[in-house]
Amino acid sequence: MIKVLYFARLREELKTESEELELDESTADIIALKLKLSARGDLWNEIFGGDETVMAALNQEVAQSDEKLKEGDEVAFFPPVTGG
Amino acid sequence: MNDDQLLRYSRQIMLPALEYEGQQQLLNSRVLIIGMGGLGAPVSMYLAAAGVGHMVIVDFDVVDLSNLQRQIIHTTQTIGQPKTDSAWTALNAINPDIRIDPINQMLEGDELLEQVKQADVVVDASDNFSTRFALNKVCRATATPLVSGAAIRMEGQVSVFSGQPGDPCYRCLYPEEGQVGDSCSENGVLAPVVGIIGSIQATEAIKVLTGMGSTLVGKLMILDALHMQWRTLKLKPDPRCPVCNGENS
Repeated sequence: MIKVLYFARLREELKTESEELELDESTADIIALKLKLSARGDLWNEIFGGDETVMAALNQEVAQSDEKLKEGDEVAFFPPVTGG
Repeated sequence: MNDDQLLRYSRQIMLPALEYEGQQQLLNSRVLIIGMGGLGAPVSMYLAAAGVGHMVIVDFDVVDLSNLQRQIIHTTQTIGQPKTDSAWTALNAINPDIRIDPINQMLEGDELLEQVKQADVVVDASDNFSTRFALNKVCRATATPLVSGAAIRMEGQVSVFSGQPGDPCYRCLYPEEGQVGDSCSENGVLAPVVGIIGSIQATEAIKVLTGMGSTLVGKLMILDALHMQWRTLKLKPDPRCPVCNGENS
């Protein structure tokens, strides 16, 4: 299993704070995980499948999309912030 | 320090981590603050009050009624004034003991380089990716510490980039070029959220200037104020980063 967390605006929009998913081919790396989530359609697709940038952290470390996932990993998705 | 200064800064001088020497370092410091909006307001007010001896404040905008909900350095009386003038008046009233140079224009190219070179710390209180990327590049090239903060809606993030080889830069965090960020005018922002992030930026700037404690170099703090949750993430240099990879390889 892997744990997926949604932070800030993503948590609010997706009405999901966290969930656990099976580790398999569809969750092999962060790109695959995003594809899997976007396949849920609607807002999930807008957030994870569209042009929107979503940032990710793997086990509390900022991660790039091609990082591989392993059993017990925690992936946190969070939005970019530029305002000020 | 004269008697007035000793009294003005007494509550800071009594801190064992800072002491007289740290206060003197602050008074001898020069800080460049880019942006006099929601983040620049608390950053500049705290740094002025704390006795940073020389601040250069930069913004090209004028004060608008819609700014006042969160840009607490500006007032109803200063609507229509350049933000740098409005801020100068407020900062001078807080602490006439320090020097504040307002620059009422967008800083680019050589002018930006010159200002960054002369600064001991740069504070990014801007509101867009292109300014943030430009500032990061110049800070990296001149090895100038950059205290970076951003806030929108009810979320924020803050980090410190040392400018040194082996440490990450802002571009390691945002590898994609041509991103269009969300603006507060389109997405809204809760007033104190910029205050939370700006206050942390001011704290980190003081720590970088005085060398006390440990800073957010190599870490990204992200805030979800709706649930008041913080996460501190590790941030490593990206070997593919177009700005700093050369120095790491």
